[in-house]
Amino acid sequence: MKLTIEPRLSSSWRLAVFIPVFSLAAALFSGGVFLYFMGVSPFQAYRAILTASLGDAYGLSETVVKAIPLTMTGIAVMLSFTMLIWNIGAEGQIFVGAIAATAVVRFFYTDSRPVMLIMMFLAAGAAGGIWAAIAGFMRAKWSVNEIITTLMLNYIAMNLLNYFVFGPWRDPSSLGFPMTPPFPDTARLPVFWGTRIHGGLILAIILPLLFWFVLKFTRWGYEIRVMGENPRAAGFAGMNYLRNVVLVMFISGAIAGIAGMCELSGLQGRLQHGFSGGYGFTAIIVAWLARLHPFAIVLVSFLMGILLVGGETLQIVMRLPLSSIMVLQGMILFFVLGGEFFRKYRIRSVKDDDAVPLQAAPSGEEK
Amino acid sequence: MNTEQPLVHMEGITKRFAGVTANFGINFEVRRGEVHALLGENGAGKSTLMNILYGLYRPDGGKIFISGKEISFSSPGDARKAGIGMVHQHFMLIRSQTVWENMILGLDGLPLVLPRREIKERILGISEQYGLQVDPDAYIWQLSIGEQQRVAILQMLFRQANILILDEPTAVLTPQECEHLFETVRQMTAEGHGIVFISHKLDEVMGLSSRVTILRRGKLAGTLDTSSTTKERLAELMVGKKMVFSIDKKELARGRPVLECSSLHALGDRGFPAVSGASISVHEHEILGIAGVAGNGQQELCEAMVGLRKAESGSVRVKGEDMTNRAPKDFIDRGVHYIPADRKGTGLVPNMKVSENSILKRYWKRPVSKGFFIKWSEVAAFAIKLVSQFSVSTPSVETPVRNLSGGNLQKLMLGRELSDDPAVVLAVHPTWGLDVAATCFVREQLLSHRERGGAVLLVSEDLDELISMSDRLAVMCKGEIMGVLERPADVPVESIGLMMAGTVIRDEAFGREGSQE
Repeated sequence: MKLTIEPRLSSSWRLAVFIPVFSLAAALFSGGVFLYFMGVSPFQAYRAILTASLGDAYGLSETVVKAIPLTMTGIAVMLSFTMLIWNIGAEGQIFVGAIAATAVVRFFYTDSRPVMLIMMFLAAGAAGGIWAAIAGFMRAKWSVNEIITTLMLNYIAMNLLNYFVFGPWRDPSSLGFPMTPPFPDTARLPVFWGTRIHGGLILAIILPLLFWFVLKFTRWGYEIRVMGENPRAAGFAGMNYLRNVVLVMFISGAIAGIAGMCELSGLQGRLQHGFSGGYGFTAIIVAWLARLHPFAIVLVSFLMGILLVGGETLQIVMRLPLSSIMVLQGMILFFVLGGEFFRKYRIRSVKDDDAVPLQAAPSGEEK
Repeated sequence: MNTEQPLVHMEGITKRFAGVTANFGINFEVRRGEVHALLGENGAGKSTLMNILYGLYRPDGGKIFISGKEISFSSPGDARKAGIGMVHQHFMLIRSQTVWENMILGLDGLPLVLPRREIKERILGISEQYGLQVDPDAYIWQLSIGEQQRVAILQMLFRQANILILDEPTAVLTPQECEHLFETVRQMTAEGHGIVFISHKLDEVMGLSSRVTILRRGKLAGTLDTSSTTKERLAELMVGKKMVFSIDKKELARGRPVLECSSLHALGDRGFPAVSGASISVHEHEILGIAGVAGNGQQELCEAMVGLRKAESGSVRVKGEDMTNRAPKDFIDRGVHYIPADRKGTGLVPNMKVSENSILKRYWKRPVSKGFFIKWSEVAAFAIKLVSQFSVSTPSVETPVRNLSGGNLQKLMLGRELSDDPAVVLAVHPTWGLDVAATCFVREQLLSHRERGGAVLLVSEDLDELISMSDRLAVMCKGEIMGVLERPADVPVESIGLMMAGTVIRDEAFGREGSQE
């Protein structure tokens, strides 16, 4: 007996419901086996994750705090992915956005909170946008692979940040910790309801709505979708592909940079080493899991927030090492992404003498 | 072995794909030493039947006998071992390797150290025997399409195939190369090979084959002896009704020039010159045909004339205005529309809806767009109008374009490009791969565009189509215009063939050089 893989010709709504539910169940089950061998009761662990992230107002608010940068960065990379431009550098764009916002606080300090915040916002957007547009320009002008350049720019941004927090911007009273002095209140985003949820929430709500609307209802959104689906057809229709590569990268980077500013000004209140915690990379997974749909990005970001908050709790309550939490999170993502495969393909067993070579389903007689 | 046994005998072959019956109860047979033509419109089931014979598909019903023995193939490898070879339309050759390396591709039981000299000697022996001249040490990418086809046939003979399936082999050849191919085919049949010859072209079928099998909508429409039938009878069996061969074309006086280029030079995708000093002009009320073997710069010329390819030197003018190296959008705005050969790759966005595709060339114009926004209700209305006007058969305008058949893709594209009454349309292979009904529709649309005062630049590989459609015919070879023929219908086909092969014809009886309009 042999197994063959075939693309599904159509996918029913039943599959659309069954496969995610089944993958989640499979993920929880295999995660449970893993937890069991780590010497922890899987039921207790899962309950701990849920109660920590959703069980009370504080937990819920912490989950939202994680979901805010993920949503914003998810939207950022979604935009470039829609055009089939691979911005893998959101992490670096978060960094330079935060650096620029910090520079504004240091060098252009004013007493007016709105002016201060708007200046930080603009600086972060410009810095993140230019950072990404460098890769976009190189791609458009010289066909330099943007996956490589955006990835490399991450490391430059990371070390730039390290240079500032270890060097000239280090807080003299930080006892040697690599961080700037805390920001004054005028440079802090407001927080809501006595939690750590900050003003970034508003952007995390507006941005998905805005980009859903832009992609669906504007001429530019139509152009971006055509360019993503078929760049040749876009050129044939008179669209300027190269200019839009730079523009989309700029906007994508600007959103990521602003996400960095929100994280900085809303949550952490100072620039420090290890500032982002990988939101820029997680956002790539978020965008794909959401199949590049702006609203789904919000939902997936929230689910990721649960995993992140729950993971922290497991470390504290169950005394599990950080690496085992990451294994658990990885397993869950693995199954969810794996389920995606079964939505698109099916596996059929065929008898040996009935073997058919793997190939796409024939589309009539079209040549 | 009984010599009376046919080489191939297929009986009651049935094959279904996801609800579509591609073949139903088809009987087919190839005898030793015969050319058996397989005729049918697109979608009639020819390719499916041959892919079953070649082991690519397994039939759902029916039996296959090779030399009287029932067999069951599970892969093309099995079919090859049984002596079946197939020359596809797109040759399955490795471009970066030499001819002799391609010969031994996929062969089992080769020694560790390749016996190069023996392989090359065998190649030369076979090419001598069948008149397939080719240099064993040449790289595939260095060869012309005709030579590549020779290599593909040679490959099959090298593997000792005695049943050869040729899938529309003449589509890519000049008339001279076709004659050469027919000679080879005759030589092969004389040696006892059985040939399956798939074609759309009735003349070739009549001239070359001893028997014809016609398929229609997946069923057998008949198997006839070629000597006892006529072209009209074959066409009738193919489409199920009598079809008209002549084209209804009014005599019209040529108007002002709309699109012109002079001494145009452009590079191909690989950076080599593709268009070398071409000068042509297309006028109102005129169809200018461009004949030439595929890959001689026709497509690059069109792209350079609509702003999609950079002109290295020379000029492009639209209604007298210099438009050299302007943006594609500027050409569209001046009514220069282009129907590319590559429908799904360039002309349409396969994953987007019919409606979204219908506005590709007007998404910035009212009423489908207003300010920064696209009005999807207007888009749907426009698409519905387009679909009904150009009889595109689609479940709805919400259907992704990738689900449409070739003919409907072409109708959709044609409708989109013609709906604005453009000044000039450049159509590249607009009827390529279409069935008879769709082909007629496309031709009628282009002719009526000409009648309304539009200009048409028509690139095609179908010489009959070019000759009957064009008011003037330019012939291209290696990026140059070999001449522009005033009344192509009065010019002997052999002369056009010679021009396509690179002979500049200056004979005043029918030919002039392109630049002297």
